[in-house]
Amino acid sequence: MDLRTTYMGLSLKNPLVVSACQPLSDEIGKIRHMEDAGAAAVVLYSLFEEQLRLETYELEHHLNTGTNSFPEALSYFPEPAEFQLGPEEYLEHIRKAKAAVNIPVIASLNGSTLGGWTDFAKQIQQAGADALELNIYYIPTDIHLSGAAVEKTYLDILKAVKSAVKIPVAVKLSPFFSNMANMAVQLDEAGADALVLFNRFYQPDLDIDQLEVQPSVLLSTPQALRLPLRWIAMLHGRIRADLAATSGIHTSRDALKMLMVGANVTELASALLARGIDHIRVVEQGIREWMTEHWYDSVTQLQGSMSQMKCPDPSAFERSQYMRALANYKPASGR
Amino acid sequence: MSTTKRKFVTMDGNEAVAHVAFRTNEVIAIYPITPSSPMGEWADEWAAKTVPNIWGTVPSVIELQSEAGAAGTVHGALQTGSLTTTFTASQGLLLMIPNMFKIAGELTPCVFHIAARSVATHALSIFGDHSDVMAARSTGWAMLCSNSVQEAMDFALISQAATLKARVPFLHFFDGFRTSHEVAKVEVLTEDDMRAMIDDELVLAHRGRGLTPDRPVLRGTAQNPDVFFQAREGCNPFYAACPDIVQSAMDKFAALTGRQYKLYEYYGAPDAERVIVMMGSGCEAALETVDFLKGKIGVLKVRLYRPFDTARFVAALPATVKSLVVLDRTKEPGATGEPLYQDVVTALAEQGRKIPVLGGRYGLSSKEFTPAMVKAVFEADRNHFTVGINDDVSHTSLAFDPHFSTESDKVVRAVFYGLGADGTVGANKNSIKIIGEETNNFAQGYFVYDSKKSGSMTVSHLRFGPEPIRSTYLVSKANFVACHQPIFLERYDMLKDVVTGGTFLLNSPFGPEVVWSKLPRPIQKNIVEKQLKFYVIDAVKVAHNSGMGGRINTVMQVCFFAISGVLPKDEAINAIKYSIKKTYGKKGDEIVNMNLKAVDSTLEHMHQVVVPAAVSSELAFAPPVSKDAPGFVRNVLGEIIAGRGDLLPTSALPCDGTFPTGTARYEKRNIALEIPVWDPNVCIQCGKCAMVCPHAVIRAKVYEPVTTMPATFKSTAARDKDWKETGLSFTIQVAPEDCTGCALCVDVCPAKNKSEPKLKAINMAAQPPIRETEVANWDFFLKIPELDRRKIKVGSIPHQQLQQPLFEFSGACAGCGETPYVKLMSQLFGDRLIVANATGCTSIYGGNLPTTPWTVNAEGRGPAWCNSLFEDNAEFGLGFRVSLDKQQEFAGELLKKHASIVGDDLVTAILTAPQATEADIYDQRQRVEAAKQKLRGVSTPAAKSLAAVIDMLVKKSVWIMGGDGWAYDIGFGGLDHVLASGRNVNILVLDTEVYSNTGGQMSKSTPRGAVAKFAANGKTLGKKDLGRIAMTYGHVYVASVAMGARDEHTLRAFLEAESYDGPSLIIAYSHCIAHGINMTTAMQNQKAAVNSAQWLLYRYDPRRIATGDNPLQLDSRPPKQRVDEFLMMENRFKMLTKSDPERAKMLFKQAQTDAEKRFKRFEYLATWKPNGAVATKEI
Repeated sequence: MDLRTTYMGLSLKNPLVVSACQPLSDEIGKIRHMEDAGAAAVVLYSLFEEQLRLETYELEHHLNTGTNSFPEALSYFPEPAEFQLGPEEYLEHIRKAKAAVNIPVIASLNGSTLGGWTDFAKQIQQAGADALELNIYYIPTDIHLSGAAVEKTYLDILKAVKSAVKIPVAVKLSPFFSNMANMAVQLDEAGADALVLFNRFYQPDLDIDQLEVQPSVLLSTPQALRLPLRWIAMLHGRIRADLAATSGIHTSRDALKMLMVGANVTELASALLARGIDHIRVVEQGIREWMTEHWYDSVTQLQGSMSQMKCPDPSAFERSQYMRALANYKPASGR
Repeated sequence: MSTTKRKFVTMDGNEAVAHVAFRTNEVIAIYPITPSSPMGEWADEWAAKTVPNIWGTVPSVIELQSEAGAAGTVHGALQTGSLTTTFTASQGLLLMIPNMFKIAGELTPCVFHIAARSVATHALSIFGDHSDVMAARSTGWAMLCSNSVQEAMDFALISQAATLKARVPFLHFFDGFRTSHEVAKVEVLTEDDMRAMIDDELVLAHRGRGLTPDRPVLRGTAQNPDVFFQAREGCNPFYAACPDIVQSAMDKFAALTGRQYKLYEYYGAPDAERVIVMMGSGCEAALETVDFLKGKIGVLKVRLYRPFDTARFVAALPATVKSLVVLDRTKEPGATGEPLYQDVVTALAEQGRKIPVLGGRYGLSSKEFTPAMVKAVFEADRNHFTVGINDDVSHTSLAFDPHFSTESDKVVRAVFYGLGADGTVGANKNSIKIIGEETNNFAQGYFVYDSKKSGSMTVSHLRFGPEPIRSTYLVSKANFVACHQPIFLERYDMLKDVVTGGTFLLNSPFGPEVVWSKLPRPIQKNIVEKQLKFYVIDAVKVAHNSGMGGRINTVMQVCFFAISGVLPKDEAINAIKYSIKKTYGKKGDEIVNMNLKAVDSTLEHMHQVVVPAAVSSELAFAPPVSKDAPGFVRNVLGEIIAGRGDLLPTSALPCDGTFPTGTARYEKRNIALEIPVWDPNVCIQCGKCAMVCPHAVIRAKVYEPVTTMPATFKSTAARDKDWKETGLSFTIQVAPEDCTGCALCVDVCPAKNKSEPKLKAINMAAQPPIRETEVANWDFFLKIPELDRRKIKVGSIPHQQLQQPLFEFSGACAGCGETPYVKLMSQLFGDRLIVANATGCTSIYGGNLPTTPWTVNAEGRGPAWCNSLFEDNAEFGLGFRVSLDKQQEFAGELLKKHASIVGDDLVTAILTAPQATEADIYDQRQRVEAAKQKLRGVSTPAAKSLAAVIDMLVKKSVWIMGGDGWAYDIGFGGLDHVLASGRNVNILVLDTEVYSNTGGQMSKSTPRGAVAKFAANGKTLGKKDLGRIAMTYGHVYVASVAMGARDEHTLRAFLEAESYDGPSLIIAYSHCIAHGINMTTAMQNQKAAVNSAQWLLYRYDPRRIATGDNPLQLDSRPPKQRVDEFLMMENRFKMLTKSDPERAKMLFKQAQTDAEKRFKRFEYLATWKPNGAVATKEI
């Protein structure tokens, strides 16, 4: 059984990649565990430029507060010789991860300024990352900002980073574009080596007892895979860039679906958070068993087989299909 | 000879001394005390950064539990052959005295560096004089005094060199604050200098005398009458040789550096007829005056005070001298004169010089010592005088002309009025650095701080000039004055001493056209009459636009350089930019760029104001206190508030340190920009806002409905069923002028506006527009009678918070985590409360002049309060208890003897009264009053005795309180003994987990992983479990509380502790500015600390054993969040992730384990059943 695949020029032993997620990849021991459990690559948790910037302000604020005001306490903290306020810790994490495992290590970056995107990207490359995933974590809240301007932001970032580094660069996207496919094409033309579909954002909830908005991470459910499934199916074969599927991949069947619609790799996070890193082994085993049962020899054989271009019913992925699905829907109550 | 070139650097006296002491020692044992703490902090910081000493090894720096402990460790380290030092002051030095006798008796080379400070007498004072070192003068230590920052560095080295040769230990001392905190340009001694001065052979000799089992000896014998005396005399040759050794070291130092010092150094006319003899920084002002007056006068500086070399001293005097005036910076009541005076008289007598000598006192507790005073001293005509004060009681004081000045035209003199939080002092220190290090000018900076911890004013005094600056006094004739906070304009006459043609810079929201009309009349008058150049800038706006928030430091610094003419403008701006990059570089580009942006945008916003020819303002300075205040408050405290305390005569002040309470209410500080405003329609009347208010500015009251009230006064029906039934009204009122604007109340308010939940029942609003109406409302509110305490169910917060706080408007930090507990104690027990208060934050915000927050109720009852020391507070409070119990017992005995007059029934009722509730207390007071009535007119001695103690038959509540530095460290031995005594005292530990008052040094309460001074790399070990230690006695009530996590629990613990007839210990989690947190939401930090089990809630009540219950109740629920989630909320932990991420990870992980284990341990202990099954395995 040949589970090998390629992703942004990287040869992977299987299509199972761990998605960027702080609690999963924050310790080298866990990354080793991923390799042992069969992960083909790992995308490290994201480096957030804005967070670093805010932490710098916060540190400066707290080191200053209350100082030089009261004669007995002219300061409250000792001043260390130096602070690690930049991405040093993250870069060191890349270095350690690279030294600890043989699978490719893909870094993830969220910049807040163009300079930050390129500077950090260069440093990430220098630290030894095999590739870089751009986590463009951006929710436009300005009601006067046009869609075109939003799209330009994505493209500018990608172009700037591509011109700064030689390692492959993936773009992790949100699905919220007027024409997702067109956006994908533009990113493809701008040089993206892969598109990762889709980014998951914090989904605020309400606590109606306390009258509070609760920002929280909503782990993906298997139902979530429908969105990337559709778009990967639509894009496969139409763009040069590789495709990575993320969101809602919990089982081997989920992974197989994604591969069939055209994903080069499938990225897992929620499932591993819920079931542990060893779940990678379960998914891989499930893929093997299914492929054996269904007489498949290799992953490449099934990759893209159910994309819009190759599936028996291409229109099923189009919008009108949605209408038909509604028409066929029968409410449980029978009303 | 030195091979390394010396650099000129600006630094303060503490750093100058530590620079040498650190590099010439191997062991440094320290304990924080103002004003010497920074020396220890420097040593610890350098050790953390692995800076080596001159022998290439990093000194071991260790913090002890007290100065007594530090001295013991120093003694031990010396005895085993290490070069060892310490730094201390005041009470700290007194605690070292027993060991100092030993160290000297054993002829051990050592130097203690002392930032000399007042010893507490009628009051504590953190400021400088020689009373501490003079108290140590009989220990057998040599005493060497330095007078300036440069000398402090030089003498640190000279004393270290001399002690090794002399084998006599040295106290090297310099004036606290005036020298320890003055920032000056000094030539920094190099390590080559130190190597040249320190003789390694002598170091080896010291090492050779060290104890080791390889060459065993015994030291520290007990000797008997037969030999002790003669053996004691054996040290004489060492003392005889010491002065020569010191002079030789000074001569060697001169050859090395060009700075020649003498043991007794004369300066002045060679034919002087009158000479002042003195020690310390005041010598510099005296020298300046001698130069100015140019008469037959001079100054003799005593540098080596012990051993006193009488021959050298007398030889140093010009032959022409006709009289001496000896100045002492200390007071010895009852002595024939102060110490230096006595030594001088003795020296002259022994050397056969018959010169009349006058003695006088000056400069106690950093009282200014100016050239005007020096001139008066030269003209002194009486003995045992004082100078610098108006002693209208004993008439000791010399008159002086306050306008006499020796300020030189060559010196730029600038004064800056700033707010603690605006960065003014930091900017000025930076300006001194720029001028001192980037130009050939000399520079001096001295900073005067407030006694308040919130909204405090700072006044910076800066001088720059081509010659070394000797003016060891505040700037008197400024040619530049800057007011960084416009609010100060209304309060302080800051232009009264500015010179004609000087410059005035004002930060104001008003532009150049409008600002003139906003100035008070006296300010306008000075500007016009003195033809001042007047500039204005809206620095807050510029700082805000640059991203710097309220820190206007950089903006005002640029203005200063642009208009003061100290440096060419462009050169100055470049220097500021360079300095910004240097100072903030390690904090990242963001911070650097923010400051650079502020520099670039400043000048275009600064404007020169066209000054009208005439004064037009009708605005007068605001009076410091209300005209309705009592006379003492108006005439004494008000003057202190107005900054005129120096002018108060002796008679105005209490001679024994006794002050009235209830005076903070008159000091209307108006420091809050925003204050809370109550919305009665949303309020659920829970009392939480009042409970957490650190300054008791939010009050709840239930009262009979009133018909006439101010138009904006808010009142609503009381919701609680107890009050509702009787139709009572309810009001939450804010004291608008006393609020610090911390907004803790808003954060804890649980009631949200249902239509707009971002609003609560209490919301912050700008103070100025509502100030006037709210002042009227507050006054009206105060006049509404307090609810009868007997009607209040104290166990419920909505009820309990109706009790009047008898601790209000303290000088604590905005958002303080300690004062809500103190206030709660005052509400519950205040009318029968006596407080023993350990030195620390609590004693400063509770007892620092001008005003006191402890107050009285309508009956005139309230807490009686006293601070003894830092280390003895538990024992001090125990003394209260023993004394009160004795008087109560005596009263009972006398009452029985007067049964025939008082009546048997009343006597029995009084002596058997339960006194458990407010009603009981009320009834007992009534009974005692009835007994007093019956005794009235009985004039027997026994009846008079009874009258003096009969009030003791009403229960008194003794509370012993202080911080963790006291309870866990310096006072632990005493605290332990008091717990063991079984007596009925209540101990309240306000646990901030760090020495807060002295600036954040580690205590044994500091948790693992926290960064603190003396734990720069994060504390390695875990927090001491004080509660668990106390529980081991079995008879001690112990509670661990955190108001922000569960306020009802805190209340219950206070009530249980006080009701327990035995020792009680409450350990109260107190968030603190030293934690590096958002103080507005600090109660959330308390909640997180409890939710993660970093802090446990529990109560151990020995009474439960009698009922067959487990005495321990674990009130914390199992952890529901990770410890690191809490740790990352606080800079004290989080900054370690930025300075040493790996270590942070390791320590945070251990902290998680600590918390889990401790929770399980307490869970185990709490499941034990006295009469039932016992868990079999301890965790």
